[in-house]
Amino acid sequence: MAGMLFQEEYVAGVDVGSTQAKAVILNEAGEITGRGLGDVKGNVSQAAREVFDMALINASLREDDIAYVIGTGYGRFRIAFGDAQITEISCHTRGARHLFPNTRTVIDIGGQDTKAIRTGRDGNVLDFTMNDKCSAGTGRFLGAAAMVLEIPLPELGPLALASQNPVKITTTCTVFAESEIISYVAKGKKTEDILMGMHESIAQRTISLAQRVGIEDELTFTGGVSRNPCMVKLLEQFLGMKLNVSSESQYIGAIGAALFALERIGGHVSEKGMNA
Amino acid sequence: MSEVYVTGIDVGSTYTKCIIVDENSQVIGRGLVKSAYRFAKAIEESYAQSLSDANLQREQVCYVAATGYGRFMVPFRDIQLTELTCHAWAAHHLFSSTRVILDIGGQDIKAIKIDANGKVRAFRLNDKCAAGTGAFLERIARYLDKTTDDIARMAQAAHQPVPISSTCAVFAESEVINQLSTGVSAEDIMAGAILSLAQRAVNLMRPVGLEPDHTLTGGMTKNAFMIRSLEKELEGNLNIPPDGLGHLSGALGAALMGLRRLKKLHEENERN
Repeated sequence: MAGMLFQEEYVAGVDVGSTQAKAVILNEAGEITGRGLGDVKGNVSQAAREVFDMALINASLREDDIAYVIGTGYGRFRIAFGDAQITEISCHTRGARHLFPNTRTVIDIGGQDTKAIRTGRDGNVLDFTMNDKCSAGTGRFLGAAAMVLEIPLPELGPLALASQNPVKITTTCTVFAESEIISYVAKGKKTEDILMGMHESIAQRTISLAQRVGIEDELTFTGGVSRNPCMVKLLEQFLGMKLNVSSESQYIGAIGAALFALERIGGHVSEKGMNA
Repeated sequence: MSEVYVTGIDVGSTYTKCIIVDENSQVIGRGLVKSAYRFAKAIEESYAQSLSDANLQREQVCYVAATGYGRFMVPFRDIQLTELTCHAWAAHHLFSSTRVILDIGGQDIKAIKIDANGKVRAFRLNDKCAAGTGAFLERIARYLDKTTDDIARMAQAAHQPVPISSTCAVFAESEVINQLSTGVSAEDIMAGAILSLAQRAVNLMRPVGLEPDHTLTGGMTKNAFMIRSLEKELEGNLNIPPDGLGHLSGALGAALMGLRRLKKLHEENERN
């Protein structure tokens, strides 16, 4: 009967990236009750709808149960059911701070862009920079390797970790790097050594991007590429510091958006409110 | 001096091209083979093609000049020359009033300023990024499930070209997906891509100066829509090498430079 008295409220955050769309549903306590993840193929609006529906099913809820939806990411203005839109810079920062309250730097490597954000003690964005004009140093660079070598994306990192003798990728451009990979294959180089070369190239490019905003401890690594163990290891090795990586890292933008949604309906979330 | 034949071979990232000229600078043989990262094979095959085209035996060729990205991989070369020199020399030979050469290659793009004697005075080169090179169109063609041979024909059939706003060739693909999903035709997308490439090419030419005549070299010389787009951007005419020699300009320049060098060597020998 309590359910009748206190109708629970839910909010959603939908992050439509260039490559994948992500949705999460939070309850009033800020706990994740549903997740949806899918590839953005031809149709951005449809991809947003699909991951939202997926999250609803996952949470055993109907659309009417969701009090507020915030969209973020590159495709945020094409989410037909969204109540509001917030930039991915704000949402990533919010999400990262929620999972790791001492976060001062966020590095996000997504499918088509790489961002570095520096935040203040109170979580406000102090500075950010992003690479969204050139695919070098973004997830697409690894995507190119996956395509040329015909290896599924999730296997790239673990494979690269076996490398003893990484090759040096000399080209910046993703298109030319594809040719370089082919030439290394033709020379008989090992797959893991080629892959490690690709990972090192992205890691170096990411660090020089992040250095423009300044890197401060703690650093939280988000985005699809943060799921890649080789990239985590290389960034930690090159930077000489430990990175925060959450198992929810792909959803951080969506979580941030949902947290903003919760605020909009008057909710309050403590930083320990979530099962990270 | 008996019959003199000189070979120019241009080992590019995408194609390996070969030209044989006689002592009167006449082209008598040509070869064109995809490089496909098997340079040794492409070099052999294109040379064999040009020999059989010229009806010559290997021993009859007196001198071989190599150019292009893979010029040091030509084992039978007598000399290697930079692409800039070779493109300049070919354009000067074909159109003596040429002052600026635009060469759009598979993986690079060059703007070369030359003087009235065909000497290189200034140049601009982009070989760091696929935007503005043939690779840009190749990827879009691939995405539309077409080959590079379809590019020119598709663009001709366009009604309303839709320019591509992404600089990066990889990001341009996502743009293509979006356009296709909103019902833009493959032809309009291809034509738009060519327009974008033409703009980028002319922007590369500006720093060396846009003094006429302009001569276009490289594989794009076969693409009428590309030529028109470039002319529109330049607000002027482009010289196009005749007889399909546009794609073979680097090799032609190498062969002609080789011939000149060979003649000099002979003169020196005779003087001594």
